[in-house]
Amino acid sequence: MTETKNTITFTPERLAKAKEMIARYPEGKQKSALMPIMHLAQEQFAWMSQEVMDYVASLLDITPVEVYEVATFYTMFHLEPVGKHVIEYCRTGPCVLMGGEEVYAHLTQKLGVKKGQTTSDGLFTLKEVECLAACGWGPCFQIREKYYMNLTNDKVDDIIRELSR
Amino acid sequence: MENTAPQLFKVTIDGVEVEVPPGTTILQAARKIGPEVAPPAMCYYEPLKGSGGKCRACLVKVSAGSAKDPRPMPKLVASCITPIQDGMVVENYTNPQVVDARKSVVEFLLINHPLDCPICDQAGECHLQDFSYEHGVGTTRYEEDRRTFEKEDIGPYIQLHMTRCVLCYRCVYTADQITNKRVHGVMGRGDHAEISTYIGQAIDNDFSGNVIDVCPVGALTDKTYRFKNRVWFSKPVDAHCDCEKCSGKVQLWYRGDEVIRVTARKNEWGEVKEFICNTCRFERKQTSDWTIEGPTKVSRASVISANKYSKNLVKKPDFALKLAESQYKNIDDDRPYLHEMSEIQQSEDYKALMAKDEKYFGHK
Amino acid sequence: MKILTEHINTPGIETFDVYRKKGGYTAVEKVIKKMTPEEVVEEVKKSGVRGRGGAGFPMGMKWSFLAKPEGVPRYLVCNADESEPGTFKDHYLMKNIPHLLIEGMIISSYALGANKSFIYVRGELMYVIHILEKAIEEAKAAGFLGKNILGSGYDLELVVQPGGGAYICGEETALLESLEGKRGNPRNKPPFPAVKGLYQCPTVVNNVESIATTSWIINNGGEAYAAIGIGKSTGTKLISASGHINKPGVYEINLGVSCDEFLNSDEYCGGVRKGHYLKAVVAGGSSVPIVPGHLFLKTANGEDRLMSYESLSDGGFATGTMLGSGGFIVFDETACIVRNTWNFARFYEHESCGQCSPCREGTGWMQKVLNRIEHGKGSMHDIDLLVDISKKIEGNTICPLGDAAAWPVASAIRHFRDEFEWHIKEPIAATKPGAVYMKESVLV
Repeated sequence: MTETKNTITFTPERLAKAKEMIARYPEGKQKSALMPIMHLAQEQFAWMSQEVMDYVASLLDITPVEVYEVATFYTMFHLEPVGKHVIEYCRTGPCVLMGGEEVYAHLTQKLGVKKGQTTSDGLFTLKEVECLAACGWGPCFQIREKYYMNLTNDKVDDIIRELSR
Repeated sequence: MENTAPQLFKVTIDGVEVEVPPGTTILQAARKIGPEVAPPAMCYYEPLKGSGGKCRACLVKVSAGSAKDPRPMPKLVASCITPIQDGMVVENYTNPQVVDARKSVVEFLLINHPLDCPICDQAGECHLQDFSYEHGVGTTRYEEDRRTFEKEDIGPYIQLHMTRCVLCYRCVYTADQITNKRVHGVMGRGDHAEISTYIGQAIDNDFSGNVIDVCPVGALTDKTYRFKNRVWFSKPVDAHCDCEKCSGKVQLWYRGDEVIRVTARKNEWGEVKEFICNTCRFERKQTSDWTIEGPTKVSRASVISANKYSKNLVKKPDFALKLAESQYKNIDDDRPYLHEMSEIQQSEDYKALMAKDEKYFGHK
Repeated sequence: MKILTEHINTPGIETFDVYRKKGGYTAVEKVIKKMTPEEVVEEVKKSGVRGRGGAGFPMGMKWSFLAKPEGVPRYLVCNADESEPGTFKDHYLMKNIPHLLIEGMIISSYALGANKSFIYVRGELMYVIHILEKAIEEAKAAGFLGKNILGSGYDLELVVQPGGGAYICGEETALLESLEGKRGNPRNKPPFPAVKGLYQCPTVVNNVESIATTSWIINNGGEAYAAIGIGKSTGTKLISASGHINKPGVYEINLGVSCDEFLNSDEYCGGVRKGHYLKAVVAGGSSVPIVPGHLFLKTANGEDRLMSYESLSDGGFATGTMLGSGGFIVFDETACIVRNTWNFARFYEHESCGQCSPCREGTGWMQKVLNRIEHGKGSMHDIDLLVDISKKIEGNTICPLGDAAAWPVASAIRHFRDEFEWHIKEPIAATKPGAVYMKESVLV
């Protein structure tokens, strides 16, 4: 247990960033930094394992369950290991109207995995999400911070090819 | 200047007036009047700060906001969290919209709740049973699969049945406010939100057992009492002990001479005012551990009172009268009356009688 | 009139220098050097600008409700948790012209007496968060943020807070909970945020677009703003248009432009895509009632419908809809209303926080019934059941998500009941891929 805990530490830059985040909020309200720090943690550790969440709790001096509650509430936090690229495609009305269902079917077929699964080479995880606030530019998906919009089957092929390199 | 503000606010609930201090909630004011007008509550728990507002069982209609501003509130409001205003008029059981809304809350709470009362340890002291019996309908329109959860073991003392949970958050507030460290909470969201420790950790500290008492349903039950008895076969007795950690004021639940369960004492609203420690609850199960005060007063309407009194004092409905009423038929007979009907109809007595109660006279 | 988007296509407008050259931050100078906070509030009140997040509550009035107890900090929180399906205007504004929001935040914070203000951006828009953070750095370097702004003695710090993926955090009290590092469970009201908001202190929560209007209002006066628009719908509004139209995108309109013009002119949506007909419109984001095309273009009385708060809601729920957040979704005859209604119901089920019983249980129930109907397993009584469930959720929940989940279902059945019946009566035909119910009389 202690051994795993030792392996979960922020890089010095991220630790400094986390400290800066905590300092943004008024005295005694450091819990507000929870979500920014969780994003930071996911950036480094790819997913929110129990150890990662416990580490985040220790940084903020809150109980671990407070982190678990928040992590399970918000959909952006991955509670299971994910591939190198997490493709989060929007399944909501407007994107579907713009031809989303065909494009996503193509994407699913191309990767050979179902939503929620990771390709066997560990490169891609497919995740279905709700509206990404890009309705007029749909269908769309997001990989990390990047939005891919106005998707077509060809575009999807290009993106996958590019990221598979 | 002298403070001339009135000390008490006057509120009318279902036509009954009551005076309460400012800051009182509608539900508390109604409880002051009595159980006849008190709205049901599945999530509100007076001793727990911040509880309430979630289950929507206690919705009421505010037909006049206050004496100053007598406009009605546009929506039904949760009475457990809405503070009263002076001159407020509230409709509760007298408003069809409220009755209907409660019916729908029962329906919503039951669509995913397993109907396994016959094997549930909470049966007989379950608030959802009472609530659906008093406010619900006997059928369901739900045709879909019921929600299920993965089982989670939360230690040797407390049994968690997530399928029965109504997400009242009472146990979360209890852990926050009564115990020194909360290890469980609500995980996930929407209709898959669940009470969990996330990591299958035991909920274990001196006061953790209180989550059992605050749980309105059978989601959190006492593992040491599990499947041992039904509440209506056990005898509750008030007792106390000299406890270092808590008040030591408890109820012992007997089967014969054996203490099969220890709980905190609940008031008439099913609320615990003095929480007890786990030692009292789980360890002290000998009569010799306790000073017995006497039998717990149990409401005669409660199923727990069954088999406990030599004479049943609950007033039964008069079936003979009901039968006579339902079988009464107007005799269609054209033989002449001794008096002309019109003569009788003109008499003041007859008119008064008719006006008073028409239903015993089929003809007009 | 272009108030928010005038310079949006100017190259480099996302940088401080270009924005400043285009007249940026003059409103901050004016406010801080020449105006008292009360005067700013008064100016915004005069403008009549209404909350652009969806509810349409007058912003100046909301500001004037803010409690001001001695010695207690006050907060301004900008709601940039734009998640309503069909709405992407704030996304567009923030990524293209971030300084407009920053400037508005300074003006609004000054008006409210807040020394620390937050911009809560949905976590998915992390790249926009970086844009905003850069803009804040630039504004700070130029002396418009931080301690002693322009030598006035007024301090302001802006914090950009990321969300984590929850539609419900667009509800202001859920947003505040989230900002405090908790689950996004909406709070019971009262107390309202104006009295007890963030950290239990008086707080105002405003939408991005609302805050962004303040710099124009200060520069040109509230009366000039009120002169634009129609009646109580003053000023301009960003409409994010999507669906089956020729030109999806974000458009700034003068409130009161006719619906026909907005849909069909080349300045805006450019009409329904070529060779197709208008079937239905969701005018203000997925939560507002869906209306058939003819009721979108004309009210039940036969008057031309306008893009304004009042005109769109003319006819109430029976024949009207709402302007909402300006999420404008167009459906042509190839769209299946049942499938779309199910899609939206699934969205609300997914996004319900699970706190109160009608919403937690009701949204899931509606989704399951709609799923059955869409997949050919419905029965006739399911339609009335859906209407009944929606009625029982509506108005009985802690926050407006319950209403938002109920209205699309109720309105779809109200206007397109025969399409639901067709799915039930002809399950084999209705479940064929691409099968759509055609009723020409509905199409425009």
